[in-house]
Amino acid sequence: MAIKFSAPILATALAFFALCARAEEVPEFNLVIKDHVFQPSELKVPADRKFKIRITNEDATPEEFESTDFSRESVVLPKRSIVVFVGPLGAGTYGFFGDFHRDTARGRLIVE
Amino acid sequence: MPAVALLVFREVLEAALIISIVCAATRGVPRRGVFVAGGVLLGIAGAVSVALGADLIANLAGGAGQDVFNAAVLLAAVAMIGWHVVWMSSHGRELARQMLTVGGEVKAGSRSLSVLLTVVSLAVLREGSEVVLFLFGMAAGGIGATGLVVGIMLGVSGGAALGVALYFGLLRIPMKHFFNITNAMLMLLAAGLASTAAGFLMQSDLLPAWGNQIWNTSGLLSDDSLLGKTLNILVGYKAAPAGIQIAFFLTTLGLLVMGVKWRQRSALMQS
Repeated sequence: MAIKFSAPILATALAFFALCARAEEVPEFNLVIKDHVFQPSELKVPADRKFKIRITNEDATPEEFESTDFSRESVVLPKRSIVVFVGPLGAGTYGFFGDFHRDTARGRLIVE
Repeated sequence: MPAVALLVFREVLEAALIISIVCAATRGVPRRGVFVAGGVLLGIAGAVSVALGADLIANLAGGAGQDVFNAAVLLAAVAMIGWHVVWMSSHGRELARQMLTVGGEVKAGSRSLSVLLTVVSLAVLREGSEVVLFLFGMAAGGIGATGLVVGIMLGVSGGAALGVALYFGLLRIPMKHFFNITNAMLMLLAAGLASTAAGFLMQSDLLPAWGNQIWNTSGLLSDDSLLGKTLNILVGYKAAPAGIQIAFFLTTLGLLVMGVKWRQRSALMQS
């Protein structure tokens, strides 16, 4: 009985959450890895809201997108792209790097 | 070559620390060495397969395949460690007594060996697949065979040396407290791995963050530093954890403590 009663409530709640999720558009920003360098090396992103970064690897070798400042790590295979969700972050500067080419692949998020 | 050595070192270190905790926790169990070596070999084979199938894995789960896979590997290791810890809790005293009386031979521990073999191979698989992908890239980028081999050897031996140091450090713990301490270390390891798993699911937006950086001690001790990495494995240290990661850490730890208490009580009632 209790299960029958709660099913519509659950459905309504799910629909509500689905609507909320849709209402919140997550802006996307692009990073390209070419010759083991991030382009652009500085990415301006909004403060205090969630966003996503699409990272495209144009090199013939894999790279790992990594940040210890905003705690993300994800491998980007050659000629592929990945999406990483980040934030909300407070205003400031956050570094990221390519773990497989640390000496050249370095960049920063400018959160404002 | 230095780049190869450094990356290999960083990845091997994490696996080596996990293996040394596992080795300490299975102290005195016969044929343990064979199982750990087998776990490492299985893990390496798994790492190569994962690297070869990386494109396939990446496309699973609507593009979130890599994160889901990493989280699944970590959570499988958490489940295995958890099982071992809870099982050990009612046998720890018996193990310690046997160690003292039978001169280091523990028969009861063998049951748990295959579980720990799995943990070892999962640890090697996860850290190793990144190394393999990196080395593919390096080889394709035209690094010489000598540079590659010397780099790998330096990295592996450096990481392994720290693992061995931790192991022999742990062996100095008096037998009376030994299994209590290694069990506590396994619990912290499992909790830390669970929070890392949450991080992977979060970056694919499969879990909410529940607050992105609850605190930030990067300035004090960065996740990327040697000490930060070591503490990450040993006690689950994260410089800037998300709320969900703290929740995963505490939930895992809480469940394990409850499981241990429950096992100890039912063992007491039986005797």
